[in-house]
Amino acid sequence: MSLRDWPIKQKLTVMLLLVSGLVLLLTSAAFMGYQYWSFRGTMRDMLTVRGRIVAANSTAALAFANDADAREILSALRADPHVVAAALYDKGGRLFATYPAHLTAAALPAAPGPDGYQFERGRLSGFQRVAEAGGQQLGTLYLASDLEAVYDTFRLSGVIGVVVLTVSLLAAYFLSLGLQRTISQPILTLAETAKAVSARQDYSVRAPKLGEDELGALTDAFNQMLGRIEDQNRALRESQEKLQGHATELEQRVADRTRELEERNETLRRNAAELLAANTELDAFAYSVSHDLRAPLRSIDGFSHVLLDDYGAQFDDAGRDALRRVRAATQRMGALIDDLLKLARVTRGEMRMEAVDLSAMAQDLVAELQRTTPARQVEFEIAPGLRARGDSRLLRVAIENLLRNSWKYTEKQARPRVEFGSVQMNGERAFMVRDNGAGFDMKYADKLFGVFQRLHSAAEFEGTGIGLATVRRIISRHGGRTWAEGAVDQGATFYFTL
Amino acid sequence: MHQGKILLVEDNPDDVALTIRALKSHNITNDVIVAKDGVEALDYLFGPDGGLGKGEQPAVILLDLKLPKINGMQVLERIRSDERTRLLPVVILTSSDEERDVIDGYSLGANSYVRKPVDFVEFTEAAKQLGLYWLLMNRAPPMPRMP
Repeated sequence: MSLRDWPIKQKLTVMLLLVSGLVLLLTSAAFMGYQYWSFRGTMRDMLTVRGRIVAANSTAALAFANDADAREILSALRADPHVVAAALYDKGGRLFATYPAHLTAAALPAAPGPDGYQFERGRLSGFQRVAEAGGQQLGTLYLASDLEAVYDTFRLSGVIGVVVLTVSLLAAYFLSLGLQRTISQPILTLAETAKAVSARQDYSVRAPKLGEDELGALTDAFNQMLGRIEDQNRALRESQEKLQGHATELEQRVADRTRELEERNETLRRNAAELLAANTELDAFAYSVSHDLRAPLRSIDGFSHVLLDDYGAQFDDAGRDALRRVRAATQRMGALIDDLLKLARVTRGEMRMEAVDLSAMAQDLVAELQRTTPARQVEFEIAPGLRARGDSRLLRVAIENLLRNSWKYTEKQARPRVEFGSVQMNGERAFMVRDNGAGFDMKYADKLFGVFQRLHSAAEFEGTGIGLATVRRIISRHGGRTWAEGAVDQGATFYFTL
Repeated sequence: MHQGKILLVEDNPDDVALTIRALKSHNITNDVIVAKDGVEALDYLFGPDGGLGKGEQPAVILLDLKLPKINGMQVLERIRSDERTRLLPVVILTSSDEERDVIDGYSLGANSYVRKPVDFVEFTEAAKQLGLYWLLMNRAPPMPRMP
């Protein structure tokens, strides 16, 4: 586990221990080192002093070449167990006396060296000049001491050092255990709070602030964040509730509207059914009319004719005239019935919408008109490329009526002219049939399209007055409008839109 | 066939009178047998006292559509479904201008469909044309052989 992943407590404790341990180690090492060197110095000094004393005591023995005395003096060194060897050399550098007594010359240096002591070969050894008070050298003293004292002291101080180290470390450990709490406690508390908040999704919890340091600032920031989260959550909940409310309201409205629409649909369906029923009734009505009304008419006309034929000679002019009028009236009624039937047929029947070439249709109708009455020369002008969408059968009837009207009412003109084209009016396209015939007074413009409405007598122009009514009904079925403009004796223009 | 009979199936007595008059006025003097309704027409054709029994068949049948009891279409159907009368020329002579009637008539096998005009002059003209055509120009089918 890498250092980063250690718990904070452990990290802090280890750090503190490391630091204090290092300090202790360095201090102890320094101290011990100092002790060692200083003790060696002291040892040397002590040996030097001893050497001097022994040397001073050995002058007489050396001067008088008394080796027994010399041996005795040297054996006083017994008192110091660390002295391992001592030797006196005479003036000539020859071995005079040794300590311990049995020491062989091999263990001693062959010849005396200069004054001074050195640490060599695990010993402190050296030479001391033995000299008289006057300064004359009598001989040399050799002293050798082992280093046990140093080692002993060293060992002792080492033990002490280790003990102190251990105790200090322990103390440091417990101290650091306590001290690290000031750092780690707030952190752990914060960490626990955070864990608790995230585990329970409870944002009302706050971390306790345990100080004004950076951790305190962190705790503050953390608490603030929690506070903001709480607020946001609340706002979110509120807006959710509002949304829910709106959604419910919307659903309610949709349900209401749907119900309303269904009711309207129901009404529409019923209306459509009623219309269908009415239309079927009309069907039957028209059918019976076409049989039942015409038969009596035929009888009236027929027998009036019979009267005229067989008994005409017995009638006077007035009588013959009366019969003539009877016949004329029945014929007129027949025409009216036929026209009514035509109009009724226009209203019934399904419309089949398709693209219709009005120009071609008009050309056809004009050709037919000219064929049936070649006697009349009428100038027709039909604009090309007039197309529209509608029921071709019905549109044919409408245009036929308009053209026939124009053809009829231009009868009295010297140069009759009929136009069929389209114009742009108020942004929409309108078709128009224009003639230079009898025209009409605009005062009666709205009567033009009424059923059986005529602005001229039958004597002036024949007709039942149903043509324009038929045109209007056809155009209405296509969703268009019909209107007319004109002036007396200056022609008329009939417009329709699709 | 100059002497072929005309079977006129018509319920309106005025129309009957006018038709006969019209025919006469153009010198068509063939016998006109009148049936006032569909039942009488079928009786004449198929009944025991009927024409077929007597070995005679009409040269043409002028058939009105709006008849009491059985209407014209049903009579036509009946005529066309009987082997003995299947080929007889039938001219539907009616006031109706309804497309439906025209289609039905031809579908059931009528030979012709004429609309009765209101105007008497036109009516007589139509009668004359019908008579001349069906009695003089048209060759009627032969009498069916008796089993």
